[in-house]
Amino acid sequence: MKQFCLNLPTPRSDRTKQSKTFNFAYAARSLSSLVLALLIFASLGYLIWRGAAAMEYRWQWYRIEPFFFRSVDDEIIWGPLIKGLIQTLKLAGTAGVFAIIIGLFTAFARLSNSISGRIISTCYLESIRNTPLLVQLFLFYFVLAPIFGIDRFWAGVLCLAFYEGSFAAEIIRSGILGVDRGQFESADAIGLSVLNKYKDIIIPQSLPLILPPLTGLIISLIKHSAIVSVIAVAELTTAGLNLIADTFMAFEVWFLVAGIYLALTVTLSFGISIFEWSLKSRGN
Amino acid sequence: MEDQTKEPLVSISGLSKWYEDFNALHDINLTVSMGEKLVICGPSGSGKSTLIRCINQLEAHQKGTIFVDGLEVRPEMKNLESIRRDIGMVFQNFNLFPHKTILENLMLGPIRNRGLSFKDAEALAMQYLEKVQIAEQANKYPAQLSGGQQQRVAIARALCMTPKIMLFDEPTSALDPEMIAGVLDVMVQLADEGMTMICVTHEMGFARKIADRIVFMDEGEIIEIATPEVFFSAPESERAKLFLSQVLGH
Ligand SMILES: Nc1ncnc2c1ncn2[C@@H]1O[C@H](COP(=O)(O)OP(=O)(O)OP(=O)(O)O)[C@@H](O)[C@H]1O
Ligand SMILES: [Mg+2]
Repeated sequence: MKQFCLNLPTPRSDRTKQSKTFNFAYAARSLSSLVLALLIFASLGYLIWRGAAAMEYRWQWYRIEPFFFRSVDDEIIWGPLIKGLIQTLKLAGTAGVFAIIIGLFTAFARLSNSISGRIISTCYLESIRNTPLLVQLFLFYFVLAPIFGIDRFWAGVLCLAFYEGSFAAEIIRSGILGVDRGQFESADAIGLSVLNKYKDIIIPQSLPLILPPLTGLIISLIKHSAIVSVIAVAELTTAGLNLIADTFMAFEVWFLVAGIYLALTVTLSFGISIFEWSLKSRGN
Repeated sequence: MEDQTKEPLVSISGLSKWYEDFNALHDINLTVSMGEKLVICGPSGSGKSTLIRCINQLEAHQKGTIFVDGLEVRPEMKNLESIRRDIGMVFQNFNLFPHKTILENLMLGPIRNRGLSFKDAEALAMQYLEKVQIAEQANKYPAQLSGGQQQRVAIARALCMTPKIMLFDEPTSALDPEMIAGVLDVMVQLADEGMTMICVTHEMGFARKIADRIVFMDEGEIIEIATPEVFFSAPESERAKLFLSQVLGH
């Protein structure tokens, strides 16, 4: 057989397609991993249930519906968890927008030739990164808020925005530096203004580099937003705390709160990966 | 041939440039008159790229003066963009914008810098694409074109700004041999139309064909300037002789 096909190149159209036959060994391995994972989850669940039973904890899952909504006279009234979720979305959404704006300004200040811009941005980055978030929150709430007359919601928003903005700045800066130097040069050579150079040439090409880590940043922003419950901003975690105070159903409520955060972040990363995929398939 | 009293389009005097401590250009004096074709050659690292990149200030110089069309080009100047619009540049690696189609690559400059409408810019772009014989690829992306085609697009993109002078930095060095002729043809055509050109190139046949003068550089200095006839048959300096024997002889 071998000697017949020595020097003959196979024409493209004659080459076999990528093999799509059923791979038995691979399927068996996947299946056994799946079973193992299920076993581990099941035993974890059993341990929690056993532990709770030993404490004589009374699970009351049947009482959770009003945490989400009640219907009175055919009208739906949202419960505390949904209201908290909406507040969390508002908080994280607003803080996210501000974080990206702060990040953009800081990134460009660091990339610029302006000495004052570089000094200010470096001081900002170092002080935010090297102090605890909780302390920053107290500074915003107990010191800056009374001075500038802002309420607790905006104190929380600004604190989160400045915190995450410092990370956004580095993500944006490295995305811009990741664009080939020749692109800057040819944009300059045809005489584009600085604004047009970034808008038309540099930012579109750095977006694929910036978006994945920026998604991670928005997700950690959502998680970090829970911290503003310590200054009693009425968001999801605060709603959870209040519910437990009222109903003593700590286990159920914390499971629910965690589940809601999880659902939120998973949905978000799924949405962004679809967006990235559409970017990629468009720009080939 | 032509009268030499004509106002020079580019005039460089006493130009020196350092990269940190490294002296890349030393006391360069050079004038290029309207319609003149200059070929710059010299060994690798001799400062050819640095010299032409100073003309449109992709590199800032530290000493000396550069005038383009009567205006001094300085590193810290405000309206650098408007001077750059009169200077077309073609790079070794094409540097097309990969996220834009060929047509969009060409239209960007005229729309953004000269305020042309979409329609006018499109017509202008198509006119130059036809000139470099790429019109049928107008709606493709740069990555879908061969190197030679990309370089011709890059030339057309520079021409769309109707520059007064064109700078070429080894435009054929990154190309497969069979692609080179097509790009050189376009450049010869451009020269025949009277475009002022400064080309850094190792294509000596091309240089012989179009150059009014050849500038030979080594170690950041201009060693000699001569007509192609003189330069190729009887170069003055030893360094030019050595260089020519390396480039021409095999
Ligand atoms: N950005 C830079 N930083 C430091 N040194 C540089 C930089 N660019 C160029 N040089 C140095 O300056 C000298 C001249 O470089 P240039 O690119 O102008 O040479 P060239 O004549 O174009 O060479 P080639 O034929 O290899 O392109 C080289 O020694 C190079 O190492
Ligand atoms: Mg070079």
